[in-house]
Amino acid sequence: MRRFSKIAAVTLVGALALAGCGSSGGSSNSGVKSASNDVCKTAKGDGPKVGVAYDVGGRGDQSFNDSAYKGLTKAVKELKATCIEAKATTSDNDTTRAERLRTLAEGGFNPVIAIGYLYSPAAAKVAAEMPDTSFAVVDGFSTTLPKTPLKNLNDLSFQANEGSYLVGVAAALKTKVKHVGFVGGVPGPVIGPFEAGFRSGVASVDPSIKVDVQYLTQDDKDAQAAYENPPGGKDAASAMYEGGADIVFHAAGKSGLGVFQAAAAAGDGKWAIGVDSDQYLSAPKDQKPHILTSALKRVDTSVFDEVKTFQDKSLKPGFVSYNLKNDGVGYAKSGGFVDDISAKIDAAADKIKSGEIVVPSDPAKVK
Amino acid sequence: MSLARRILLALAAPVLAFVVAGAVASLVLLISGDDVGGFWSVMFSMPRHRNIVSILNTTAVLYLSGVAAAIGFRMNLFNIGVEGQYRLAAFAAGAFAGAAWLPGWLNTIAAIVVAMVVGALWAAVAGLLRVTRGVSEVISTIMLNAIAGSLVTYLLAKVALTTGNSRNTRPIPEGSRVGTVKLFSDSPTEVYGLSLVAIVVGVGFWVLLNRTRFGFDLRASGASESAAVASGVDVRKMVVAAMLLSGAVAGLVGLPSMFSDSYSYGSAFQTGLGFTGIAVALLGRNNPVGIAFGALIFAFLSEQATLLNILAGVSPDIVDVTQGVIVLAVVVAYEIVRRYRVRLEQAQVAGELAGQRRTPLLTEERN
Repeated sequence: MRRFSKIAAVTLVGALALAGCGSSGGSSNSGVKSASNDVCKTAKGDGPKVGVAYDVGGRGDQSFNDSAYKGLTKAVKELKATCIEAKATTSDNDTTRAERLRTLAEGGFNPVIAIGYLYSPAAAKVAAEMPDTSFAVVDGFSTTLPKTPLKNLNDLSFQANEGSYLVGVAAALKTKVKHVGFVGGVPGPVIGPFEAGFRSGVASVDPSIKVDVQYLTQDDKDAQAAYENPPGGKDAASAMYEGGADIVFHAAGKSGLGVFQAAAAAGDGKWAIGVDSDQYLSAPKDQKPHILTSALKRVDTSVFDEVKTFQDKSLKPGFVSYNLKNDGVGYAKSGGFVDDISAKIDAAADKIKSGEIVVPSDPAKVK
Repeated sequence: MSLARRILLALAAPVLAFVVAGAVASLVLLISGDDVGGFWSVMFSMPRHRNIVSILNTTAVLYLSGVAAAIGFRMNLFNIGVEGQYRLAAFAAGAFAGAAWLPGWLNTIAAIVVAMVVGALWAAVAGLLRVTRGVSEVISTIMLNAIAGSLVTYLLAKVALTTGNSRNTRPIPEGSRVGTVKLFSDSPTEVYGLSLVAIVVGVGFWVLLNRTRFGFDLRASGASESAAVASGVDVRKMVVAAMLLSGAVAGLVGLPSMFSDSYSYGSAFQTGLGFTGIAVALLGRNNPVGIAFGALIFAFLSEQATLLNILAGVSPDIVDVTQGVIVLAVVVAYEIVRRYRVRLEQAQVAGELAGQRRTPLLTEERN
């Protein structure tokens, strides 16, 4: 029996440690009630029945799950849509993800929108099984997987590097010490484009500006440490401010809240740059004066557009690219801190739109 | 004790644990204002054919993971590192099979061997540290988990192909893939060929424990290290051997879905199975048959959890809570039942002794 109890003790400690990781991000003092109201429970329209499957992290991440929810809310209000939300679990695999999409489609939900590229293989599989339901994957590559293209499958992809380029330009124009920083969740194809865009944006203004780059974890399966880790984000950003940098851009989901805390703690003249949504708007009062701008990635627009085009019957299968040209990405002006340089940023945006500047998406290819 | 009573007592502990877990889950749902009735009707709904298949697949990997943990537990060796071992092993096997140095089935078999060897070597690090430097294997395996995560991500970036936002090893060539067993004609999911390896491992584990010198030494070292040393068991050798074996079995955990479904190691690879395996081993009391039941129950709960969100509007996290409570409750319940049994036996023995004493006395009186 003693051995049994000892194993139990170890398991319990392990479980507590894991639970601790899980809740570390939950108590962020951002003052935003992002997941408090459920639009799906009260929606009673006769528009499309939308099924949404979230990525790990789910609602309340103040990043792209929340942004998707915002798009969903807009669809409920303007298109009279009804909806249901399904949450991911950390023990997901392709089979459970497929089962989630299948159950949504079977429940009569159409279109079914999956948030996060991890759903790509599952969506490709289920879309082939259920040709009468439209599926879409935000950030996905599902349409590249089937051998023959499916008529009911969309990928909503974002040129995140273009928005990041613009905030890079902003950072380069605003830095007084020629020293800025970047905090990313985990290196790889998801966050890489943010770093690549930011660094090339900075370099386009002044190649001599130093850019610190710090990732919160090297383990691409450790979403907790990467995207739900405000203390880690705070540590990384604090180190950069102490090392002399005066502007830090983050692409780390909820961990970015720690970057804002660090900027506020570092005092006047220190800035942070938000990501995905206009984070100036959701920041608490003491942090607002430190949020220079945000690199926008309009997941909400993509979700809304998907429902709208479905309703109009104008939905086309395949890749839908959201970039500077169609306002799918961009930069935020809230707070008015970049008003004096917005002409220069817009000029850079025009060059990207016209193709004069091609922004790299791989950090290794930034000169 | 009669046979019926023995069976009743053996079942009492798990049943008690499930009742407690169910009560706690209901209570949590009540407090959070969720639909308790909906929760139970989904949890007790008969799984459909495709869900049965998924449950079987999950059972197989959880069983492998549980056995890997149990091998160590049987000799008081707490290998918490199954998580890291199976990830590293699956990556190595995926990269090896994807490189296709060998043709067809030879490639598959070699990849399985690679997985087992890599898993075993990674576990052996902790075993060697324990016998040469006295480092607790609990600490070292937890550390090795973290290192394995970063190491795999680093190595993956070196060899991977990037598709969209996903990073995977080269796909396993078609000739080296393992087929599936189609259990039901109407199910889009099929039983992975390598899931059957779990049965082989289970039988092997039973034979090893009960029919070999090694198994006896293993159990002896676990029951009493000093007694084992006195009877000539080289405990240091046993520690390393048990870790090697545990790691080799852990190496198999990631293979069934890789060889029959995803065909590569990459972003969508399922993590967390190593930790769940510890709970499964505990639930099954490190017994080959018990672990199978534990794995089946956990697989069933996870599968139903996917549906919970959509059909009952209850967060799937409640199932994590339930699983945790089951593990805790099972430990408590076993102890309660053990004490009850001891008391029962004492009462019985006391009764028999009293009866014996009384009988001769009575006869004396008669005489």
